[in-house]
Amino acid sequence: MAASRPNRLFRNLTAKIAAIPMILTALVVFVGGTLWTVVYSFTGSKMLPKLKFVGLDQYERLWDTRRWMVSIENLLIYGICMLVFSFVIGFILAALMDQKIRFESTFRTIILYPYALSFIVTGLVWQWVLNPEFGIQHILRSLGWESFTFDPLYNADIAIYGVLIAGLWQGTGLIMVLMLAGLRGIDQEIWKASRVDGIPAWKTYVFIVIPMMRPVFITTLVLVAAAIVKVYDLIVAQTGGGPGIATEMPAKYVYDYMFGGQNLGQGFAASTMMLLAVIIVVIPWAYMEFGSKNRG
Amino acid sequence: MTTLRTLLTATSALCWLSTAHATELEVTHWWTSGGEAAAVAELAKAFDSKTEHSWKDGAIAGSGNTARPVMISRITGGDPMAATQFNHGRQAEELVEAGLMRDLTEIAAAEGWKDIVNPPSLLDACTLDGKIYCAPINIHSWQWLWLSDAAYKTAGVPVPTNWSEFVAAAPALTEAGIVPMAMGQQGWQQKGAFDVLMIALLPNDIYLKVYDEKDAEVAAGPDVAKIFEAVDQARSMAANSNVQDWNQATNMLITGKAGGQIMGDWAQGEFAVAGKVAGTDYHCLPGLGEKNVLTTGGDAFYFPVLDDPDQTAAQGELAALMLSPEVQVAFNLKKGSLPVRGDVDLSSANDCMQKGLAVLKSAEPLPGGDQLITQDTTRQIEDLMVEFFADTSLTAAAAQERFAEIIGDAD
Repeated sequence: MAASRPNRLFRNLTAKIAAIPMILTALVVFVGGTLWTVVYSFTGSKMLPKLKFVGLDQYERLWDTRRWMVSIENLLIYGICMLVFSFVIGFILAALMDQKIRFESTFRTIILYPYALSFIVTGLVWQWVLNPEFGIQHILRSLGWESFTFDPLYNADIAIYGVLIAGLWQGTGLIMVLMLAGLRGIDQEIWKASRVDGIPAWKTYVFIVIPMMRPVFITTLVLVAAAIVKVYDLIVAQTGGGPGIATEMPAKYVYDYMFGGQNLGQGFAASTMMLLAVIIVVIPWAYMEFGSKNRG
Repeated sequence: MTTLRTLLTATSALCWLSTAHATELEVTHWWTSGGEAAAVAELAKAFDSKTEHSWKDGAIAGSGNTARPVMISRITGGDPMAATQFNHGRQAEELVEAGLMRDLTEIAAAEGWKDIVNPPSLLDACTLDGKIYCAPINIHSWQWLWLSDAAYKTAGVPVPTNWSEFVAAAPALTEAGIVPMAMGQQGWQQKGAFDVLMIALLPNDIYLKVYDEKDAEVAAGPDVAKIFEAVDQARSMAANSNVQDWNQATNMLITGKAGGQIMGDWAQGEFAVAGKVAGTDYHCLPGLGEKNVLTTGGDAFYFPVLDDPDQTAAQGELAALMLSPEVQVAFNLKKGSLPVRGDVDLSSANDCMQKGLAVLKSAEPLPGGDQLITQDTTRQIEDLMVEFFADTSLTAAAAQERFAEIIGDAD
């Protein structure tokens, strides 16, 4: 093709030159770094990377490690709950906000504010709120409800939900704002038409508005999913992975073994598994999303 | 203003005259608790006053597990500090092998470290292929049981003199509303206590077979099973100890809220800062009162290779200073650790430190865990212990099985 239209490569030359730094960054930093990590995950690298191949040893050890299994389980619980709850709560808040209420911008600001805080601050705040000695439990007990017990962060079975509460508190505001923007993008004529036809509001939302908001949902999904997979700082600040290993997450495993354990190979193997998980989710979705567009 | 300017010119002229230029050395470490910070201040003071250089403190809060990754990534990332703390042994092994650490052999020879460092195993841990790469600064031993006199008084039982009495006294403490054993819920503390129990309750050769020879069969055997039972007891005694950091746990002893704690001799610094006196306010049992043994781990300073000749010269001065008798005494009295040289006067040391010195003189010290196993293996055992202490459904037998697997895979 290049031979038949020789100057095609040079069309829009300035734009192409301008894009070179970005292309290089993408190739070297992202693709190159990823490949490098995958290659070294098959080596016995300890503190410093060494090309001493050990086959699948790192992966065998990884899947034999209980802490890794607990991390995966936690990520699934946290991820699914986070997706479902943040979408439901975020959408409901946005729908309420869309009822032409008074002081809308005030409410919007209040709900979005937690997002301005880092996960570190969020984690610390909720560590205190959920601390039985001076948090919710203490307040309710001092109000006279002596038998009240609420200490999720000290109970290994439910500690992950304590983290989830903090994650939702921080992240839902952003979802609400995105959803609200989506709702505002819906043509008012559609509401008028549904009102004329006598369709109840909830039906209009579920069957007409939500399907029309598909692009907003997809953007939100990508943002939330990325935040879920890489969750690390919230855990470090709020629970440190405890009690025991009850709230460990894959990203923390990667960090702990790469640097704390001075075992790069093990950390790389774990991060390659995380990448694989993301790919398994993203590829079918990308295929559906972009594949159909090409056909249509 | 003019006076100031003259003064400045004069001082800079003075600097030019001296052979090495005054420079600022950044020293990183993870000594941030009260007693530790006081000890570091002694080092900084000595360095600032005895040399023309100045100390730039690079304390990294959190335990060594937080600090070491930061230090290592700075060194490997090409932004080395002038000096950094590590524990003796294998923590910095690969950095040395990669040629990132400065060879201190000449300084060691000039200062005669080979003759003064006692026990010599400390210097061996700094040596690779006949060259010395670190300056040991103190001896720390893990094998101590700290006991709060106040807590035992409240419970109305005598202060235990060994581990079995300590276990036997636990119910009385619980009844009096005192936590029998303080334990910070961090892996390194729990793994530390586990190792201490293994060293104190079993013959030395079993400890060495497990950690030095990595014999998985011994690790799965009946002797080590006894240790897992002891850790199981420790787990139930520490069930209500809801603290994280080791100094918070020590503080439970100081305030009489807990009976005892297994912790290294650095705990002593906390008692000293709180104004407590060994023998009357608290008691200490080396080797848990069961065995006359201590391991000789400790802290050492490593000096990354630097390009700047002034800084390199200053590094040498700092290394020499760290082992000088006055600094050794001043630093170690504050830190609660033992000096690395046997020829300094420690008559001002307290009861517990004297006990430690006596043990070191009378018994052959064992190598510490950091010298025998890699950080990777350490981390795996820590993960196991964190889980074990938090999850009572994990039985001692099941935990031992996993421990044996980790030892079998270790290198």
